[in-house]
Amino acid sequence: MSGQRLQAEAEPELAPAPLSVRGGGHDRAGRVFRWLATGSGVLILAVLAAVAGFLLLEAWPALSASREDLAAISWIPDDGSLLGYVGPLVFGTVLAAILALLLAVPVAIGIALFISHYAPRRLADVLGYLVDLLAAIPSVVYGLWGGLWLAPKLQGVWGWLSDNLGFIPLFEGPAATPPRVMMTVGVVLAVMILPIVTAVSREVFLQTPRLHEEAALALGATRWEMVRMAVLPFGRSGVISASMLGLGRALGETMAVLMILSPGLTYSWALLMAGRHQTIAANIALQFPEANPLGVSALIATGLALFVITLLVNMAARWVVSRRAAFSGAN
Amino acid sequence: MAQRIDVKDLDVFYGDFRAVADVSMVIEPRSVTALIGPSGCGKSTFLRTLNRMHEVIPGAHVQGTVLVDGVNLYDREVDPVAVRRQIGMVFQRPNPFPTMSIAENVLAGVRLNNRRISRSDAADLVESSLRGANLWKEVKDRLHKPGSSLSGGQQQRLCIARAIAVKPQVLLMDEPASALDPISTLAIEELIAELKNEYTIVIVTHNMQQAARVSDRTAFFNVTEAGEPGRLVEMDDTRTIFSVPSQKATEDYISGRFG
Repeated sequence: MSGQRLQAEAEPELAPAPLSVRGGGHDRAGRVFRWLATGSGVLILAVLAAVAGFLLLEAWPALSASREDLAAISWIPDDGSLLGYVGPLVFGTVLAAILALLLAVPVAIGIALFISHYAPRRLADVLGYLVDLLAAIPSVVYGLWGGLWLAPKLQGVWGWLSDNLGFIPLFEGPAATPPRVMMTVGVVLAVMILPIVTAVSREVFLQTPRLHEEAALALGATRWEMVRMAVLPFGRSGVISASMLGLGRALGETMAVLMILSPGLTYSWALLMAGRHQTIAANIALQFPEANPLGVSALIATGLALFVITLLVNMAARWVVSRRAAFSGAN
Repeated sequence: MAQRIDVKDLDVFYGDFRAVADVSMVIEPRSVTALIGPSGCGKSTFLRTLNRMHEVIPGAHVQGTVLVDGVNLYDREVDPVAVRRQIGMVFQRPNPFPTMSIAENVLAGVRLNNRRISRSDAADLVESSLRGANLWKEVKDRLHKPGSSLSGGQQQRLCIARAIAVKPQVLLMDEPASALDPISTLAIEELIAELKNEYTIVIVTHNMQQAARVSDRTAFFNVTEAGEPGRLVEMDDTRTIFSVPSQKATEDYISGRFG
């Protein structure tokens, strides 16, 4: 976790003061810098702890409330179970994010490789610039674009999928019209996270040591084989990090989901049917203006769930990267 | 397996700049040919034209012919990828694939040519290649450790094992020992002496004692001034080059008067 790294940075006091013979002037600058760096490291830990503390504190009334009190809130199921409320939201959030990742990462790797290893330099520069530009578009614009322009275009595709592949639970029909469904959300989220995943992957691919590329070529690798032998293994951990950045954005995305998805609280795999799914972030934005104090607390409890998911995802990513650290080329 | 190389009137260009001019030489099979000369004389560039590795640099191209076993490497229908599968290369800095184990590194080139190799064949090939590179005894108990866990000299011998695993006709070496300590260098030189029984070897070196020790023939490249192309000054038996060279420039260079 990033927390561990920051703690490590926060412990240089143990080291003897470097080169103290040189006298006060140099040493003071070093000390100031050390405190600044240590302070920044501690600050990020403090912010993280503050957010976690806030979520726990504010969610506590809902976590400890009786079922009757919770059932009185209009948008909580009649049995008054907070877990029964959070469960489908967690499911919907993770489903949307994974769908987005599955759609975006292969395309992002393709674009990144094209820019780093296939395109002529001038085209690569232009493309790289365009990708960075895409990353700067605010999500509400993506929401508008997805809801108003893309969704009608996708309606036919979704109809075809449910007609022909409806036997797969994911494509169970009939496809909703208008297609305010999870699949459309997945596509729009994929477009949203595409730039960040592409940009980070491209940077990593560009850093592949020339030595390794030449090693592959000298063995008689074609360009694609060279990419597979040298570039992709070298960039693997970077691509995972990039995907996690994208996943984080997809997990927390609010506006685009809110504007596209017709919400519902079920554990449904039917991606093409409306009123089945909702994500945590979009749900908070939707319900917050109307919520009473206990309702706000319940919403914050769902926020706590999102916080935990994000932590787990990041830890899993770290674990995947560290598992083959000896083979990473960093040593 | 080893092949004779005939180079005729070869010019090498980077874009419009002519880096090497007018090289003609014959490289005999089962021999070691050393390319020596001052920095910037084009000897490494020339070496790379022998397996078309110079084409990795955008704008690099050649004029002239390189015949290996009678086939011109620069014929229109010759695929550079096929050339590099027959003519192996070892680089100045050891470059095993860091994401692969020692055994996978040895098999990397073989997997390109022939994906379906049985487990026992693969194990045999790993052993014979590592034995061929004098590395087997040191690594046989840790074949599944990463290649980057070895010392520099061991990594370089691993790269040689990787190159000979595909049974090339020719082995090109671009200053293979210049990043190594004296003991590792000695190990590499002894290895070269053994490898020449099976392969045609061309080696670029800055170390003239090394050229004198390992090679049968020596080619001296020189460049008169910056901006001018490098040229082959003379090529002869190594003993002749280092005792009675026919050119004044060669004598000046090997006696340390410049370069």
